[in-house]
Amino acid sequence: MPSATQPAPASMYRRTEGLGIWEHKGKVAAVGIGHSPVDRRWDGKPETSVGAYAIVALRNAMKDAGITADQVDGLVMDASTTTGAEWPAGRPLPEEFVKAFKPGANHVDGISSLSTEWIIANMPELAHVKYTQYGPGCMSNCVCVAAQAVGDGKTKVCLVLKAWDNLEGRYGQGGENAEDTIAGRAAFSNPWGPTGPYLWAHMFNEYTKKYGGNHDQMANFVLNETRNGLLFPEGFWAQHRPEVLTKEDYLSSRWIVKPANLYDCDIPITVAVAYVFTTPERAKDMKQKPVYIWNTTATNPRNRGIIQTLDEGQASTDFTGRKLYEGAGIKPSDLSFENMYDGYTLFHQFFLEGLRFAGVQRGEALDFYETADLTIEGPHPVSPSGGNRGSGRTRIWMHTDCIQQIQGRAGARQITGVKPEIGVSGGPMPTSGNFLIWSATPN
Amino acid sequence: MPRPIPVPDELSKPFWDACNERRLVVQNCTACNRMQYPPEKTCLGCGSGKSLAWREVSGRGRVDDYVVVHDSRLRLWQAEQPYNVALIALEEDPGVLFLSNLPGIPVDQVPVGASVQADFEEVTPGQLLLEWRVVSQPQRPAQRKR
Repeated sequence: MPSATQPAPASMYRRTEGLGIWEHKGKVAAVGIGHSPVDRRWDGKPETSVGAYAIVALRNAMKDAGITADQVDGLVMDASTTTGAEWPAGRPLPEEFVKAFKPGANHVDGISSLSTEWIIANMPELAHVKYTQYGPGCMSNCVCVAAQAVGDGKTKVCLVLKAWDNLEGRYGQGGENAEDTIAGRAAFSNPWGPTGPYLWAHMFNEYTKKYGGNHDQMANFVLNETRNGLLFPEGFWAQHRPEVLTKEDYLSSRWIVKPANLYDCDIPITVAVAYVFTTPERAKDMKQKPVYIWNTTATNPRNRGIIQTLDEGQASTDFTGRKLYEGAGIKPSDLSFENMYDGYTLFHQFFLEGLRFAGVQRGEALDFYETADLTIEGPHPVSPSGGNRGSGRTRIWMHTDCIQQIQGRAGARQITGVKPEIGVSGGPMPTSGNFLIWSATPN
Repeated sequence: MPRPIPVPDELSKPFWDACNERRLVVQNCTACNRMQYPPEKTCLGCGSGKSLAWREVSGRGRVDDYVVVHDSRLRLWQAEQPYNVALIALEEDPGVLFLSNLPGIPVDQVPVGASVQADFEEVTPGQLLLEWRVVSQPQRPAQRKR
């Protein structure tokens, strides 16, 4: 058993410009994909807990790659799993759950957190794992850390895991949001009531004020994401609520934080997803076509005030775009498709413009949404995964979709308008996150 | 209107103490002459941790933008839905932004561009909270499309 796992050190992230081509460009490959079932909420049974789903996803990923567990020597994951509500302090764990699993580093592991200790204790077949690391926050962090780890030679066959639990209670309404008093930095926001998509609703206002346009112009993007999500069999909507969204549905939906409406938000779910990352040499013996990673980057600017401004957000996405292209040695027109984050929909255009995807310049994205063909059949597929909006709140679909599209395994969602050879994904925020470039070839 | 009550800490106490004296103060970096709000341990402009001082400002500003919250995660605010949350740009430096509910302004009728003046409301005995009042309307109120 490895010693206590640590968050990845700063040295594992590529944060600045001027670093040149990534030293491991084309020397790390994603091969296997494993998804768990997806549920709206946990029903309290051990077999549907986030821990059980993590195990399912990891085993599915190994099976998909055609490897056995004794070939795996690395595990990169995120310890946090809670999407909406924490397990109440002091509440006993369900007896059946306690009987079903061995404990981990945290007493709520398997229910509302996960540790590498918990995974390895409950997956004895992973006895050969020697390298473990946390990529805190979301799958975007995990995949970038795992790519660097494989490139650095710390692990040759690495499992990459991210899982989410959605316990009872409305999203984000517990903790300090339910308190009568507020301390720390939130004391400078909560007394005035900003909440949910507030920041992005504001930034969308600033954007339309500067460039023109309006909320109605989001419709084609949201409908395209919803369509793609319904073509994603691993996703929540495809499995549980295969509802077709019309433009009228979108335009008449209730506001959450005007100008963000219900369909600009995502739905919290329980799910786990795992990948197998490895070297090109080891990938040759595996079952699926390798998808090569050409670059990773991390963007974490310090913003000036109580809220990120449009200028700060745009500077941040420009910075991310420049770093991605520099490290991969490509230009915007080399991208076959884009899968940047979308939870909330109102900020996706900042990514598109920061990347200059399909030649979209600053202030042009809403017109692009309205007039261009965004579909998988078109020349510039936008968010073919369907993203959080189309498939549920995971911040993961975009990565799975990049791998599947390039492998040619996206099924009914397969891009046909162009040959999907180079894709980009990442998030969570335009203003901060982790991002990477995927390719069909090593160079 | 019940609001979450701020609990001052070592970093923020000078700000909340000034509120109780009906004064608006923000941090100012004497090294790079840059104001910032909310308070931080270091200057977000030059990184200095030793050059931050509290500076009293005019309390005049302008409504920069607003959103309308219809479905709040904040328990104390849910009874007030829908409600305005405006951004106020400080007169001395419009890059310094504050949140406000602009008491008295009808929902979704916030006069973007209007001049505002800092005010202070009691949220609990012994603690005043910064608020802003519209003092003059903009010449051309912004029309917000859906």
